Amino acid sequence: MTTALSQHAEKGFLGRLVERWPAKLAVTIIALMWTIPTLGLLISSFRTRDEIRGSGWWTAIPHLFGKAQWTISNYSTVLGQSGFGNAFLNSLAVTIPAVVIPITIAAFAAYAFAWMSFPGRHVLFALVVGLMVVPLQMALIPILRIYTNFDLVGTFPAVWLAHTGFGLPLAVYLLRNYIGSLPSSIIESAKIDGADDFTIFWRLIVPLSVPVLASFAIFQFLWVWNDFLVALVFLGLDPKAQVLTVALANLAGNRGEAEHLLPAAAFISMVLPMVVFFSLQRYFVRGLTAGSVKG
Amino acid sequence: MVTPTLMEPERPGGRPPDTVGEGRAPALLLYLIRLLASLLIPVFTVVVLVVSFNYLRNQNANRLLQVFIAIVVGVVGVWVLYWGMDRFVGVLPERFRAGIRPFIFAGPAAVILTVYLVYPAVNTVIISFMSRNSKEFVGLQNYIDVFTTHDTLVSIRNSILWVVIVPVIVVAIGLGFATLADKLGRRSESVSKSLIFLPMAVSFVGASVVWGFVYSFRPEGFGNQIGILNALVSALGGSPINWLSIQPWNTAFLMVILIWTQVGFAMVILSSAIKSVPAEIIEAARIDGATELQLFWRVVLPSVTSTVIVVWTTVVITVWKLFDIVYVMTGGRDGTSVIAERMVTEFFKNFNFGAGAALAVILFIAVIPVLVINIRRFQAEEAIR
Repeated sequence: MTTALSQHAEKGFLGRLVERWPAKLAVTIIALMWTIPTLGLLISSFRTRDEIRGSGWWTAIPHLFGKAQWTISNYSTVLGQSGFGNAFLNSLAVTIPAVVIPITIAAFAAYAFAWMSFPGRHVLFALVVGLMVVPLQMALIPILRIYTNFDLVGTFPAVWLAHTGFGLPLAVYLLRNYIGSLPSSIIESAKIDGADDFTIFWRLIVPLSVPVLASFAIFQFLWVWNDFLVALVFLGLDPKAQVLTVALANLAGNRGEAEHLLPAAAFISMVLPMVVFFSLQRYFVRGLTAGSVKG
Repeated sequence: MVTPTLMEPERPGGRPPDTVGEGRAPALLLYLIRLLASLLIPVFTVVVLVVSFNYLRNQNANRLLQVFIAIVVGVVGVWVLYWGMDRFVGVLPERFRAGIRPFIFAGPAAVILTVYLVYPAVNTVIISFMSRNSKEFVGLQNYIDVFTTHDTLVSIRNSILWVVIVPVIVVAIGLGFATLADKLGRRSESVSKSLIFLPMAVSFVGASVVWGFVYSFRPEGFGNQIGILNALVSALGGSPINWLSIQPWNTAFLMVILIWTQVGFAMVILSSAIKSVPAEIIEAARIDGATELQLFWRVVLPSVTSTVIVVWTTVVITVWKLFDIVYVMTGGRDGTSVIAERMVTEFFKNFNFGAGAALAVILFIAVIPVLVINIRRFQAEEAIR
């Protein structure tokens, strides 16, 4: 950064402009290419059924402020008749516990691995880390068989626990690294003051670990919210239980009749992750880097 | 703090159970209590879940209330569980507590990992050596089938194509964009980066819908083209193209979707690596008369090589396990299937569990070396942090 600054001072405004324009042009072109598909979908989602089917979304741009042609009826139809309101609730009911449960379990385990001594803890921790290489595809069928035997298919807890299992190795690994790097002096002094492990964990470790908890929470939130495979296999196609991704894939499947509803439906499924993305970008990036070791 | 409830007061708390000698009987007792404690956790879980299940199962109940209860049970339940276990330990004589607590803290993780990863992985390997309905042992037959059946061979070929092509393009665009954006002012840099990064927050199903409209196709004479690509083709005088059914290019068009979602990730990670290249080195190269291109190839790129490898391997894993995009866009028709999608088809459409499991095992074995590299790198990075 300092390089760039010193250069600007030398070259002045015009020099900077000349130096920057090729980069600016290239960046603009790529950014446009990346934005246009989503932008087109956004515009389409507010057009009427006949307009969506009759002409491309770009034909609406010249009349961008002509009020008459815009409608929100696609959104109301999708949320009501097409069951996306229900699917949104299901996605929440799946995602929130599927984020909180693995974080809680992993945080307790991480504390045990970092600060408690018990026989075999190093071996156990190595095993947990090793499990990161198992892709969830390896687990689908046996778990589905267990669930079928216990009649658990189509229930929320079935999906929570599956996501917990698949997210746990990474969570334990990340949290153990972080919690293990906290200064031992604070934990020892808390022990001298008579605090037990549960109190130390709850009053000291959890507040101090907020950054890493947030990173993992965001990673896991996006992972679960955007997941299609696990939800498809364990919740099935029952319209009452289906989550947004499954509902959206179904709607896309019978494209013929529902084409005009797809843009609105897609945006309903995207709105929450986008809000999370914009409000928590900082943690988001670290979470993604961490995700690079998820099997 | 509760005062110790006594007996054998000469032994301080927290003896490891493997201590030999005169403490053998208490060590055994300690071990049994530990075992009991770690067994109690799943029992508790089941009780909590079963109670809430009956209500959550009720199809006629108010959906909003059900969802609310589901969230409360899921979120609060797990905390209550740990708290309850800790209370339980608190009741025990003090000398047992230190020995049992670690198992309360780490036990649930171990149980869940055993049930959801260890057992299924072993079981899947076994299923892969069994017949399609897992009734009889067939040896390597499923693997032989995988490598001799036309459909699966196509999916393996496609997966390899995806893994070879997509990560390289993702890294190249990500690196190029990060380098160029670095030369812009702060405002335009962050805005342009956000635009590129945004698709990362979109699900693969959502991305498929977005691109479904881009690739939209109407045969000539069936109305206006509503997809921007075919509109361009028509405007240039060509006849509309059914992008998703012309082999082998349809696979390339599907790859574009994945590239679209992954470049943001590559760009953000590489951008921070580029920014951490010491300014003095760049300054020195400039003074020596290096051009911007030379600067990139000889100075910047060599300093971010390790990050490039991390990004590349990460995308390789994502690509290798790709399922959603192909499943939603083409369902694997027209020669577009990939291994992970083929696996789901074998499981849930053909009900050939042996073949599906064999594909899962192949997926697993192929991903191991890449993931091991990644975990090593990540460990090294965390050590520096």
